[in-house]
Amino acid sequence: MYGKRSRFLTIMLSIGLAFFYIPMILLVIYSFNYSKLVPVWSGWSIRWYEKLLFDSPDVWAAVSLSLKIAFVNATFATLLGTLAALVMVRFGRFKGRTLFGGMLVAPLVMPEVITGLSLLVLFISLKEAIGWPAERGFTTITIAHITFSMAYVAVTVQARLTGVGQTLEEAAADLGAKPFKVLTAITIPQLTPALISGWLLAFTLSLDDLVIASFVTGPGANTLPILIFSRIRLGLRPDINALATIIILFVAICVAIAAILMFRQHRRDLRDQQLAAGEDA
Amino acid sequence: MADAQSAPTTPIHDQNGSEPIVQIRGVTKKFGDVTAVENVDLDIMQGELFCLLGGSGCGKSTLLRMLAGFEFPESGSINIDGVNMSDVPAFERPTNMMFQSYALFPHMSVEKNVAFGLEQDKIAKAEIEDRVHEILKLVELEDYKKRKPQQLSGGQRQRVALARSLVKEPKLLLLDEPLAALDKKLRKQTQFELANIQEQVGVTFIVVTHDQEEAMTLSTRMAVMDKGRFIQIGTPTEIYEFPETRFVADFIGSANIMPGKVTENGADHIRVATDLGEVYVDHGHTFAEGSQIWVALRPEKIYLTTSPHETAGPNQTEGMVDDIGYLGETSLYKVRLTNGEIIDVTAPNLIRPKTRTHGITWKDKVYLRWEPSSAMLLGS
Repeated sequence: MYGKRSRFLTIMLSIGLAFFYIPMILLVIYSFNYSKLVPVWSGWSIRWYEKLLFDSPDVWAAVSLSLKIAFVNATFATLLGTLAALVMVRFGRFKGRTLFGGMLVAPLVMPEVITGLSLLVLFISLKEAIGWPAERGFTTITIAHITFSMAYVAVTVQARLTGVGQTLEEAAADLGAKPFKVLTAITIPQLTPALISGWLLAFTLSLDDLVIASFVTGPGANTLPILIFSRIRLGLRPDINALATIIILFVAICVAIAAILMFRQHRRDLRDQQLAAGEDA
Repeated sequence: MADAQSAPTTPIHDQNGSEPIVQIRGVTKKFGDVTAVENVDLDIMQGELFCLLGGSGCGKSTLLRMLAGFEFPESGSINIDGVNMSDVPAFERPTNMMFQSYALFPHMSVEKNVAFGLEQDKIAKAEIEDRVHEILKLVELEDYKKRKPQQLSGGQRQRVALARSLVKEPKLLLLDEPLAALDKKLRKQTQFELANIQEQVGVTFIVVTHDQEEAMTLSTRMAVMDKGRFIQIGTPTEIYEFPETRFVADFIGSANIMPGKVTENGADHIRVATDLGEVYVDHGHTFAEGSQIWVALRPEKIYLTTSPHETAGPNQTEGMVDDIGYLGETSLYKVRLTNGEIIDVTAPNLIRPKTRTHGITWKDKVYLRWEPSSAMLLGS
């Protein structure tokens, strides 16, 4: 029964995978194209990589700006998102809890254009009123990114907090730990997986964002997505292909490391289970 | 035992006239519209092993959580060792709790788990080490102190949880279903270990359980709870042999319960007419002649034979075996009386049969008899 169906499934799977990955493979291949015109193949070359690495200070400025924004954003978003999640899950009922919860997740469903536009209006009127931020760039983009990635962190941490329950915290309090000690010794270690994934999520979201950054950036502050997009508008360019290939490679390495870590953890869990099973009196 | 209704405030372990370690007065706790604990009074003396027994949702866990400081009562007061606990948070109470799921900290070794409570009290490192070592020796886990909780078996985790809650030498140890997560064989063995450890350390234990066998084995005194109230408080023997209500007679162990009418109320005896025939009880009870009461008779207190009664009289009847449940050490016989009523009788299987069946079998005519002290008379 499965024999017959498996062929159909294999074909469908192949088509699906091809649909996802052929564009990326083409992009990688064309990054090695000698020709200056992307669609025209004229032999193998690594000249675009050379150009990118040794003759494109603007690209590396954009990469560094994007990474800086992503790092600061992820850190602040994780901090604020975690506090918000703690308030939602551990502080019981308080006045305005429903409103707070709604406002917390609103950025998830808000169209980016609206978020970007409203933040731009805010920054402009702030400058009028108090003279800060003097110019738009790193600070404004980071603030804008924190406002929406915080929501993602809050949701992730909230789910974990609900999942682990309150018993361990009660046990710690019962043993005499004061609330702050409970937070640092028990709650935070319990939350670590969610904090890491929340941080990575916020980091990725920030690296990825084009729309909101475009609204709130100023002259001279180009994040990587803004730079790539503005260049593509002037036509496909082979050095951008090379840049994209490097990014794909980087992501692939990260995924591989994550997979190895997960495999190790799994093996450790299995060993623990065997150890525990061997101990029954 | 008829006056045991006032038992809640009458401590029975008060040998030296000391104050009870726990005094609960008029405590009520509501969750929204649901009343979890309703107007409860209780005194527990130093060194007792007290069990709160009841079905799920009877309020026993809520009461325990109020003692630990995780919940606070709407009204009433809780005193522990003479101190009112109304404004005392969990982390300042002289109590420790052993959680049902053990609640061991998964990111800490056995040693660190046990030391956690002592570290909160800013005790010197060397003393912490000594005390952790000592308590781990008591629960026989010295060789496992470097392990993480997930590297231990269920029984070992249970003992780590016990060690962790005992190491601070609390005035009161609260145990929430301490044995529920263990398999049956381990549970029986651990019941006695737990009682022994309690005797050794002399700490007052309050155990919440839904398992009556567990409550009876462990406790010096127990309370049967239902719908947020205490139904009866007493020693296991009192609860089992002298239940005050039909609920308790039925909830603890099993009992044949039937209505009856008092026909004679003598100074030293009472006669009741029931479906079982005339029941004669030779002690304790007093009910007005003609009043409707309930008669409860435990299955193991009935003798079962195939030979007819020698004399006519009360406390005997006859019937036919309708069904048999063979349990190994005992058998449960469902006996249909001549009037159609079914009575449960258990009998120990004292003799290993030569053939593959026991003496009494289906459709046998059997004769039932019980001692004049055996029947329990219940007013409600």
